[in-house]
Amino acid sequence: MTHDFAAVAELMKDEIVTHSLAEEMTLPSGKTIVLITLDNGLDHTKPTTLGPNSLLELREVLTGLKQRAAAGEIDAVALTGKPYFLVAGADLSAVSNLKRAEDARAMAALGHATYDLLADLGVPTFSFINGLALGGGLEIALACTYRTVSAAAGALGLPESFLGLIPGWAGIYRLPRLIGPEAGLKVIIENPWNNNRTLSGPAAYKLGVADALFEPADFLEQSLQFADSVLTGDHVVQRPNTVDDSTVEGAARFQAAAEVSYRFIETKVSGAAPAPYKAIEVFRAGIGRSQRESARLEIDALTEMMATAQFHNTIYGFLDLVQRRSKRPAGAPDAKLARPVTKVGVVGAGLMASQLALLFVRRLQVPVVLTDLDQSRIDKGLGYIHGELDKQLAKGRMSQDSVNRAKALVSGSITKDVFADADFVIEAVFEELSVKKQVFAEVEDVVRPDCILATNTSSLSVTEMGRDLKHPERLVGFHFFNPVAVMPLLEISGTEWTDDSTLATAFSMGKTLRKTCVRTADSAAFVVNRVLLRLMSEVQAAFDEGTDALTADTALKPMGLPMTPFTLLAMVGLPVAQHVNESLNAAFGERFTVSKNLQSLIDHQIKALWIEDQNGQQVIDPKATSVMEFGNNPSSAEQVLIRVQDALAQEIGLLLDEGVVAEPQDVDLCMITGAGWPLHLGGITPYLDQVGASERVNGKKFHS
Amino acid sequence: MSANDPRVHTALSDRDVVFIDGVRTPFGKAGDKGIYHGMRADDLAVKTVRELLRRNPNVPAQKVDEVAMAATTQTGDQGLTIGRTVGLLSGLPKSVPGYAIDRMCAGAMTAVTSTAGGIAFGSYDVVIAGGVEHMGNHPMGAGADPNPRFLAERIVDPQALNMGNTAENLHDRFPAITKERADRYAVSSQRKLAAAYEAGQIQPDLVPVASRRPGEGWKLNTADEPPRPGTTLEDLADLRTPFRAHGRVTAGNAAGLNDGATAALLTSGQAARELGLAARMRMVSFAFAGVDPDVMGYGPVPATEKALAKAGLGIQDIGLFEINEAFAVQVLSFLDHYGIDQDDPRVNRYGGAIAVGHPLASSGVRLMTQLARQFAEDSSVRYGITTMCIGLGMGGTVIWENPHHQDFGTEA
Repeated sequence: MTHDFAAVAELMKDEIVTHSLAEEMTLPSGKTIVLITLDNGLDHTKPTTLGPNSLLELREVLTGLKQRAAAGEIDAVALTGKPYFLVAGADLSAVSNLKRAEDARAMAALGHATYDLLADLGVPTFSFINGLALGGGLEIALACTYRTVSAAAGALGLPESFLGLIPGWAGIYRLPRLIGPEAGLKVIIENPWNNNRTLSGPAAYKLGVADALFEPADFLEQSLQFADSVLTGDHVVQRPNTVDDSTVEGAARFQAAAEVSYRFIETKVSGAAPAPYKAIEVFRAGIGRSQRESARLEIDALTEMMATAQFHNTIYGFLDLVQRRSKRPAGAPDAKLARPVTKVGVVGAGLMASQLALLFVRRLQVPVVLTDLDQSRIDKGLGYIHGELDKQLAKGRMSQDSVNRAKALVSGSITKDVFADADFVIEAVFEELSVKKQVFAEVEDVVRPDCILATNTSSLSVTEMGRDLKHPERLVGFHFFNPVAVMPLLEISGTEWTDDSTLATAFSMGKTLRKTCVRTADSAAFVVNRVLLRLMSEVQAAFDEGTDALTADTALKPMGLPMTPFTLLAMVGLPVAQHVNESLNAAFGERFTVSKNLQSLIDHQIKALWIEDQNGQQVIDPKATSVMEFGNNPSSAEQVLIRVQDALAQEIGLLLDEGVVAEPQDVDLCMITGAGWPLHLGGITPYLDQVGASERVNGKKFHS
Repeated sequence: MSANDPRVHTALSDRDVVFIDGVRTPFGKAGDKGIYHGMRADDLAVKTVRELLRRNPNVPAQKVDEVAMAATTQTGDQGLTIGRTVGLLSGLPKSVPGYAIDRMCAGAMTAVTSTAGGIAFGSYDVVIAGGVEHMGNHPMGAGADPNPRFLAERIVDPQALNMGNTAENLHDRFPAITKERADRYAVSSQRKLAAAYEAGQIQPDLVPVASRRPGEGWKLNTADEPPRPGTTLEDLADLRTPFRAHGRVTAGNAAGLNDGATAALLTSGQAARELGLAARMRMVSFAFAGVDPDVMGYGPVPATEKALAKAGLGIQDIGLFEINEAFAVQVLSFLDHYGIDQDDPRVNRYGGAIAVGHPLASSGVRLMTQLARQFAEDSSVRYGITTMCIGLGMGGTVIWENPHHQDFGTEA
């Protein structure tokens, strides 16, 4: 099949082209090598990527070199990158803009047409992996005859299946055969779906991805020396990890590894994202086949995946939101207005307060003082913080000196006068307006007039908290997500009085805390909890109406959310969830139902619907169902799913109309970073558009 | 005797200063057309230090007592105490200290003599000494702020801050040194270097350096960029005399502006014995001396006088000369002083800086590395010197003994 590569290249007029800069040189033995540097001419903040124009240039250079190789003019070809990068992979924004299937297919085929030249150039080819090599960037190295890797190279991996594609430029074929199917699939499936884990240079060398490991200071010189010794035969490369899948035993290992990966991905996405399944499918289909045969399967699979909503949603979530929008929060005031924060106060020493104090001391590295009603609570909070710091030390993530420093910076007090010289005081006390108002009144008596007051409330009105303050202009909502150290989101909300300097300081602090900051209006439960609670409310209602527990709780499986509604409920804690329900019910009415059944569970001190029976199986606690009353109007799983989709579309539509956040993109960023909702949903609004919920409920899509 | 001969080790005193090895980067032309344009000076120096340790696996890195690294302009990529930064960037253990040295053109030579003093005193056993100058990144004299008293009190003629002017002054002082002689000397420097390359006498001491000029791909540099083999007297005759109208000093009979780095491994006699290192030269004496800055190029003469006197040797005892060729006239004034013919085969057998280049603070170690190789090639020579002129009117000379000579270790 022929492909119109030029037509695809023509579509990508704005591509930042990675050039193939070829230099010929003589090695010490007298052999001639051509070294190609892949370089987009920009600094390290603009990674080199491969779009169609870049690939066509490389293909042209390699085609010329193949002729020279045939003519006996050169002895080898090598490939390396600009500093810190081999290649960051295919140009995803280019790939995601290919609308027509034939263009997608041509792009998929272009990678093979280019890389195949490296695999069959007539002379040995080398890849010197000097830095980051992801996706197509690692696959280009795998296409070469030999590889060296720098000990400083960070981030080697094949993240395609996480992004909605497969490593279909022969990575899926070559890597498992080079390093064994188990390790290969770990790189192809498990690592991407474990927080996009990647390999370091030494780890990649150990697995057999590269034939030699060199230190970064003279990596290229040593790599060329290595190439020379391989070319002269002085060094014979050993590859003990290779597996031949044309043998019975080899094929069996491939099958077994595929089975392990399949079970792994089932637990991770349970069918909601097609790409990892497709990757395993292509991997399986390739067993015992030639690379050329596999290539056809890979091109088919890539073409298919490029057309999926999940791929486009992921690119939107990953490139547009997580990488771009999170860096420039919508609605953040001029950063120059931010004031320095040199001491932080935390009101409360409970688990949330202690987590906050830990984060502040680690990231801000300023004195942090906690207050609580009695010394034992403070000791418990400080004990937690010290314990967590010691864990960091044990894991080698912090040095003894920095642990000492952090411990010395944290202190506790039973009186609030320790806040006198604080620049920022946050409360993390019981979620009750009167309690919080009381706390702020006491704090305001002690602190300077310009000390920022922040609340970590999840559902109360920040405005109400500020109403009786002497200086309401310094009050800000500063809402973290549990667990604080892990969840990236920070919802920052101002009231009608909050001044820009306070907001700017909050955003600046959020950035130092390495959080993704989103500006929201002061509206009950802001974004994430409002959306989550609406979802839980609908599922609870369906359950209360008579839908059986399993159906209700697994109805949302096609969305691939990180946990089921009942599991989330148990994690949040039933009383807390009910408390927020009440707040939201008060604020927004019956869209948020205060379930009698839920209250009954709380009254009977039941903490979770799912329990383990004596066989370790997950079952619904019979005691729970016995204290609840159900209607006789059960829904099917599909009905529950549509009900939830529609409810989400409605709630997000209202939330946007109310101006809680600026755009649907902010909602999506919040759900991805605050609730861990999957990138393949694009957060949520692209998914709601795709399933028709937006139009059903709001008469229009969120994204035109 | 061979350098590995146990008799050499026996002949060494514990506190003798021994030259074990020296390497350098290929030298490049300074400026935006040069091979190292866009590259950092400290990265160049790192290549030499790593190569030294790679070539001498018997030397455990933690045994290195000092990294003395010279640079004339100690700012930017040559700043931040370059001996220390280069040690860290080379992957030496953090326990290995380092410092920066400046004596302009004699920087690396001073790095060697300073650490040699430490070895002789017993403070060091193993040192790395070298120099680097990226004259593209650091044009000569950039950022300098000469004291106005130089002029007001006539301490230094401001003209003498320009090395080319001092070379013209040297021609004035020694009228016998004509432009024709200087050009003839330059032609022979080019010829000798080309012959040395042909004979494979230069390449073994070079560490290949990968560099990447802006907008170009990575290249591997394995040979010097400045040489112009085949240069003839006619080629040089009509070159411009940039320092004086109708002058005598041209780009052809002077060293160019260059980028490069050198490093040497020196040890005590005791450490050489204990680590089983072949001694390639033994330091006999060294001296630095000052002259009128107006004739800076004459510095090697009094420096050599002093060094010979300390060694108890006469010029007739010296079998090999490695003299830096900042300017042909300056070499000729030295040779004339000692009555040595400008074509004498003892002088700069591999050619000199006029051909290979002179990245200021790095050159001293190049002279030593080349002398060490000539010692190995010629066991009939017992003593050799490395000498160079230095800006602001100085000279430096180090006298070395050849372990390959049959009388090595006996009284001179």
